[in-house]
Amino acid sequence: MVPWLSLLVALPLIGAVIVLLIPKSAQADSQIKWFAIIWSLVPLAVASFLWFGLYNPAVSKMQFEETAMWISAINVRYHLGVDGLSMPLVWLTTLLTVLSLYYSSFTIHERIREFFFMFLLLEVGMLGVFVSLDFFLFYVFWELGLVPMYFLIAIWGHKEDRPLYSSIKFFLYTLAGSVFMLLAIIAMYINTSSATTLGTFDFIELAAKKPFANDWTFQTLAFWAIFIAFAIKVPLFPFHTWLPDAHTAAPTAGSVILAGILLKLGTYGIVRVLVPIFPQAFQANATIIGILAAISIVYGALAAMAQTDFKRLIAYSSVNHMGYVILGIAAAVAVGAAKVDDRAIALNGAILQMFNHGVITGALFFIVGMLYERAHTRALAEFGGLGAKIPVYGAILLTATFASLGLPGLAGFISEFMVFRGAFATMSVLSTISVLGIVFGAAMLLWKVIQKVLLGAFDDAKWKEKESHGIHLNDLVRFEAITVAPLIFLMVLIGVYPSVILNTINTLSTAILSAIKF
Amino acid sequence: MPDATTLYLILPEITLAVFGMVILAVDLIWRERSRAALAWLTVLGFVIALATALLGWGWNMALFAQMYVVDTFAIFFKLLAAIAGILVTLVSLDYLRDRTPYRGEFLALFTFAVLAMMMMASSASLLMIYLSIEFLSYMSYLLTGFLREDKKSNEAAIKYFLYGAITSALMLYGLSLLYGISGSLNFADITATFAARNDVPTRIVALVSTALVIAGLGFKISLVPFHQWAPDTYEGAPTPVTAFLSVGPKAVGFAVLLRVLLTALPAFKNEWIALLTVISVLTMTLGNLVALRQKNVKRLLAYSSIAQAGYILIGLVSVNLNGASPFSGLNGVLIYLFAYLFTNLGAFTCVIAIENATGAVEIDDYKGLVKRAPFIAALFVIFFLSLAGIPPTAGFIGKFFVFGAALREGFLVLAAIGVINSVISVFYYFSVVRAAFFEAGKDTAPIRLAPPITFSLVVSAALVLVMAVYPEPFFNLAAWSMGMFGVAK
Repeated sequence: MVPWLSLLVALPLIGAVIVLLIPKSAQADSQIKWFAIIWSLVPLAVASFLWFGLYNPAVSKMQFEETAMWISAINVRYHLGVDGLSMPLVWLTTLLTVLSLYYSSFTIHERIREFFFMFLLLEVGMLGVFVSLDFFLFYVFWELGLVPMYFLIAIWGHKEDRPLYSSIKFFLYTLAGSVFMLLAIIAMYINTSSATTLGTFDFIELAAKKPFANDWTFQTLAFWAIFIAFAIKVPLFPFHTWLPDAHTAAPTAGSVILAGILLKLGTYGIVRVLVPIFPQAFQANATIIGILAAISIVYGALAAMAQTDFKRLIAYSSVNHMGYVILGIAAAVAVGAAKVDDRAIALNGAILQMFNHGVITGALFFIVGMLYERAHTRALAEFGGLGAKIPVYGAILLTATFASLGLPGLAGFISEFMVFRGAFATMSVLSTISVLGIVFGAAMLLWKVIQKVLLGAFDDAKWKEKESHGIHLNDLVRFEAITVAPLIFLMVLIGVYPSVILNTINTLSTAILSAIKF
Repeated sequence: MPDATTLYLILPEITLAVFGMVILAVDLIWRERSRAALAWLTVLGFVIALATALLGWGWNMALFAQMYVVDTFAIFFKLLAAIAGILVTLVSLDYLRDRTPYRGEFLALFTFAVLAMMMMASSASLLMIYLSIEFLSYMSYLLTGFLREDKKSNEAAIKYFLYGAITSALMLYGLSLLYGISGSLNFADITATFAARNDVPTRIVALVSTALVIAGLGFKISLVPFHQWAPDTYEGAPTPVTAFLSVGPKAVGFAVLLRVLLTALPAFKNEWIALLTVISVLTMTLGNLVALRQKNVKRLLAYSSIAQAGYILIGLVSVNLNGASPFSGLNGVLIYLFAYLFTNLGAFTCVIAIENATGAVEIDDYKGLVKRAPFIAALFVIFFLSLAGIPPTAGFIGKFFVFGAALREGFLVLAAIGVINSVISVFYYFSVVRAAFFEAGKDTAPIRLAPPITFSLVVSAALVLVMAVYPEPFFNLAAWSMGMFGVAK
């Protein structure tokens, strides 16, 4: 038995240490870059091999499980495993890390060693969260990811976008949520323990034991303590205010990981922890959560529409898109006369939407970053007519935008359609309101992104003038095309043939829902 | 009845007393030649004390007319004291060389201070407690004011002394009330008295004396409102002494507080829990809020250490020794103190390393530190994460058990205030990180590290990380150390 998941988490950590050890020399920077990129391909290869080679999508149980006692006094176990929920996200993490490192090797020019060290450490944290099945371990990895992201934003952030303010804001927001989650974790342990037996931190055992089953007050308290920690990460209205700041300030690769993976940690946690462990509390509060999701969807789209900064616009569109995920989850567990099929469709849609949002918004942040590298501005008003001027860039932006607004044939459509298709059964009113978000979202992307950036007249004189300042609007170069190509490919693939991933997800959704009494 | 054969139980104390005198004598005889060797002699003394302390492991014996006990609880704190002694001596080498010619005296006084810590940990009678606390206090005053040419150092010592004199008078008054009511200096007799007499006057006197004892020890631990001396003293004292004061007296202060409250005054548990809960909240909150505004790293760490005492107090008020729960509160205190020892000494060692090279202790002076001393800058991050209780560090494990105890006892609000405070603390800890990593400094000369400092930094940082990755041995150590309270029950 190969401890695949330990290997997967350990690889980036080893890589990070090696990055620190590469001796100082004139070539050190390029050695570090190439080492980090090539090294990061290994986790991707392992994850690909696991998902497409060894993983059995027909089984709903945890796969590649590893268990060992870690702290026997409090029954903390080193328990790893993946299922249909985490496998795609693990794979996406390794993919986006490779792309981010590759892209950064061309665009990051200072403090190379620290950058690649931090990035690999960040990968450890993210992978760790997705594969942990013990709440203590989960929490350790959860916090482990915070610190590198803080440094990435603060050191390599855009100087004019207050990176120091944004990074500490990101850190404190997330931490403020997670410390209450920590209290809930301990409370669950104490509740599941007795005078003679130890309690548990294990997700699977907790789901079986249902802590606070007879104590409604505490169940609700613990539920919300954990939910808010996750909601801040998602981010769900009204906990989203850190997101635009963090995204705007972060370097391109940081934004990609933030949007692509870190936001998913929140929704992942909700499905992994809250749905199986607190189904009753979740059902009782599903309406409130659904309302927050609907507000996020509509408000996120409207707020995005009001932005004048390209990157901030994409950041707010994340609030909108992650809202669909929450809506799907809430609808799947909500009380109501719905068929199990409807619920499963909603949950499948929500989980697929996590993956799709990672792919699409990850790509969009790369695309915005590429434009910023050229134009040194992200103000939407500055652009226009780029579609004709730099057609390859235009085509890629167009594809990603269409995927984002849910054009059939591309990834976003499938998941958003499924969320709404499922959610109408239990939350018809909220779903109806949320559909407005689709309309606003489409309007926002068509008007603000496609019309303002790609269409219209190209201001030749202005850009000529800027050329004297060293600003050249040339089309995509090779490394940029290589960076976004896999993501564009995924958007089309999932758009036309979603079964590649839905098979994996569906087994799990059905299993989760079958464990809940409606 | 103890006889000469049981004297080996106090070998650590004997060792330190002998070494202290030898250091004085050697300093007198050799003067010039001895200076480098003296520090190593001191370290040797602490190492021997550490080893001999372990000899007594597993014993639970009262010596000298029940005034002095050697039990696992005392030994836990003796280990802590010896480790603090070793680390502080190592980091004070270079610091003292540039600042004072009287290094022999310094090391002797420091050895006696550690001896006093050990005696506090073993004290089991009112008289012994008072004597050992005074012993430690006087050593601390002298060490604080050791830089005679430095006005700040003098001011720090005077402030420390004045506050110390008042609080020790208060505590002495409290102890004398206890003696007056029970007619004994012995904890067991005191407990028996309160078990037998439960009338209102007795209770009132007992409560007053409990409050007075808490005041006296609160001064050592720097609990609000007995903390005012701490920032000025920490800022003015020689930095190795500050490092020592922030962990040593605080730790044994908790040891005495635990012993007195749990073995002499269990009858008033509800009352002292109520009192200490209020103090805990005040201590955490005030320490953290004031720390937000500090510009001087030593002052920042002073307020931080006040706040840390508040967190540790959460474990004390949540003490519940019934059942075999891993969240007994007491073990939280011990684990936290152990984690805090290495973390805070580590953080101070970073400060000392920078101060040795540049003389600078303002946060603004730390700008661009990552370029000048990447190793120190990185370790600062680890130590600050640990102080803030963020995994994977020792501080997280400490907070985990302390907050867990509060939850077990149902003190939800207290636990919530604790975690909110730890979030606030990140802001000021990271203000140092921010200066070190993100802002450009004027000076770019690399900072060199002396080998002893590097050594103690590596040890501290390694333990901070090891405690998080493999906390089991530390958990067991704490569990064994508190075994005597189970026996006493």
